Amino acid sequence: MQQMTRRADPAPSRWAYKVQRMWLTPSFRMGLRMGLPVMVVALAAATYLGNEQRRTDLFASIEAVKRDFQERPEFMVQMMAVDGANDKTLKTIQELMPASFPLSSFDLNLNDLRDEIRKIDAVKDVSLQIRSGGVLQVDVIERQPVALWRGPEGVEVIDEEGVRADKLDARIERPDLPLIVGDGANKNVTQALELIAAAAPIRERVRGVVRVSNRRWDLVLDRDQRILLPEKDAVRALERVIALEQAKELLTRDVTVVDMRLADRPTIRMTQVARKELLRVRGYEAED
Amino acid sequence: MIELYETQRAMRGLRKAALQRGVIAILDVGTSKIACLVLRFDRTDAFVEGEDIGSMAGQAGFRVVGAATTRSRGVRFGEIDAMAETERAIRTVVQAAQKMAGVRVDHVIATFSGARPRSYGLAGAVELDGQQVSEEDIGSVLASCDVPDYGAGREVLHAQPVNFALDHRSGLNDPRGQIGNTLSCDMHMLTVDASVIQNLAYCIKRCDLELAGVASSAYVSGTAALIEDEKELGAACIDMGGGTTGVSIFMRKHMIYADSVRMGGDHVTSDISMGLQVPMTTAERIKTFHGGVYATGMDDRELIDLDGDSGDWEHDRRTVSRTELIGIMRPRVEEILEEVRARLDAAGFDHMPSQQIVLTGGGSQIPGLDGLASKILGQQVRLGRPLRVHGLPQAATGPGFASAVGLCCFAAHPQDEWWDFDMPVERYPARSLQRAMKWFKDNW
Repeated sequence: MQQMTRRADPAPSRWAYKVQRMWLTPSFRMGLRMGLPVMVVALAAATYLGNEQRRTDLFASIEAVKRDFQERPEFMVQMMAVDGANDKTLKTIQELMPASFPLSSFDLNLNDLRDEIRKIDAVKDVSLQIRSGGVLQVDVIERQPVALWRGPEGVEVIDEEGVRADKLDARIERPDLPLIVGDGANKNVTQALELIAAAAPIRERVRGVVRVSNRRWDLVLDRDQRILLPEKDAVRALERVIALEQAKELLTRDVTVVDMRLADRPTIRMTQVARKELLRVRGYEAED
Repeated sequence: MIELYETQRAMRGLRKAALQRGVIAILDVGTSKIACLVLRFDRTDAFVEGEDIGSMAGQAGFRVVGAATTRSRGVRFGEIDAMAETERAIRTVVQAAQKMAGVRVDHVIATFSGARPRSYGLAGAVELDGQQVSEEDIGSVLASCDVPDYGAGREVLHAQPVNFALDHRSGLNDPRGQIGNTLSCDMHMLTVDASVIQNLAYCIKRCDLELAGVASSAYVSGTAALIEDEKELGAACIDMGGGTTGVSIFMRKHMIYADSVRMGGDHVTSDISMGLQVPMTTAERIKTFHGGVYATGMDDRELIDLDGDSGDWEHDRRTVSRTELIGIMRPRVEEILEEVRARLDAAGFDHMPSQQIVLTGGGSQIPGLDGLASKILGQQVRLGRPLRVHGLPQAATGPGFASAVGLCCFAAHPQDEWWDFDMPVERYPARSLQRAMKWFKDNW
């Protein structure tokens, strides 16, 4: 019997061949494996978000979930505890708080808040911490006022670095602090304090110290008396004057200026009345 | 000549690109089968400057990752006869090889056995203006070879320098850097019918592949089947294919002659078919299972059933003894070998210092062929198998794959061809310059 069935052609058709070659192309496979899913997801997302209403709803729900999480009780700050601040500083700090308690710790930016508090005059340093139990712990280190400085902006309380700690309306508000005056006086508070300390025997007569031409000091007493101190060894010069006062009652006499600027030639200036009187005693008659 | 130079250079560029990419396909378009191997090249950085290698070698670390064969269709005498059929066969085999390799191949190097190859020996000489031989001197001596008139419709397939001579010293492999006055060279040129190459190129293009090189099957099977000593001392490789039998002679590692006999295993099969009145497929089966060229007394008693389905009981139940089969096969095999002998004599093979003959190709598997061949061709005959290639499947290691394996070596270690050297500038056509001159003459 003759077999009439034709055997199938083993050759692939042109299209089968091309398709197989296409499948063996690495870029095509990569595109299908990665590019296609990415495109489908992107298309779906774009279609869903194309609607304005759905977009706002989505963002609102995301925001709500975020809020819910942030406002859990373990993240809430109930109160603030301030240590090391006096009443005036405490009031200022409370005014600086961004919102009223209770508020979420996610809404508190401790860095910004710390910088804000540091800007207060009376505060030298501050550390903030959210303690367990929802307490915002504020540890304040205040500036220690050591002197008053009468500067271009009025009377200021300064600490020993010369930084302003407070402002005063009148000097009489803090009679316990010594007064320093003059250009650059607030940069050399330590020297002024040394002078004040050295002048302890005549304390009740001291009105203040004056920085002259940002170089040397004058000690000002009542009755318009002035002790001009040298640039170097000012404390020793002052001690010499005080020793003279204790021995010869120099400052109690009718002197306006004790000039100690030249250590080997101390000079005093007397009042007009005292000068006439001295001349008269020595036998001269005043010309007029 | 310039056109040829340019096309061969373009193919060389494609080959380089394919090696850069790392994947190239080998296509052996034979008369009885089409084989495709997919090669993956790696270790492309292992290029050693100054070694005795061609300009593209060093990229030798290749591995066969895909192999496929299919029954050839539409090919006769190693030439494409029915183009659509051949295209389908190429598609089949390329698809199977790609599937096995798992990569897509774009570049293919092809070989074919037919197209009436013809060898020419060319000689050229140049005077050296400098003292030392430079790369340009090689190019110019190759270009100075006077090309014979090889006829219209022919195409140069290989043009390999086989010998260089410097003054009176001959037999130089690489004269570069040596000192002399006259540099002369011998070149072996192989031409084939241009239409065959065009058909092949068209078929390959129809399969969406790019032809990155063409080689003669006789040449590449010689490179695969001959061992180094034989290539060096002189040997002939007889590639007994289906439709043609290729002959190539190697000497000092260069092919110096190639030809093909337009007879092969298919003719043996058709003789059996006609002699025994059986279909071609049955004849092919009988030939491969029971074929031989030496009859012994034992063969008289070995009867072969000739199956048939004509419906005639007498016709379908015939038997034939193996002696009869051998009696049919032997004259044709002898004829082929006689023809090969004639080609070898024409090439002056009997003047070679070593006359080793290596039989390869699918037809060389006939039992007893080496004995018969030694009677006709000479004493030193052996059967050759292709050399072992990394990753080649066991099924593709037989002598029938000599040309496919040789093509792998051709892709990995190409021998220097004429177009591998830069053409000297003055050899380029002066046509554009002449046209400019003509324009000036016409207009001024």
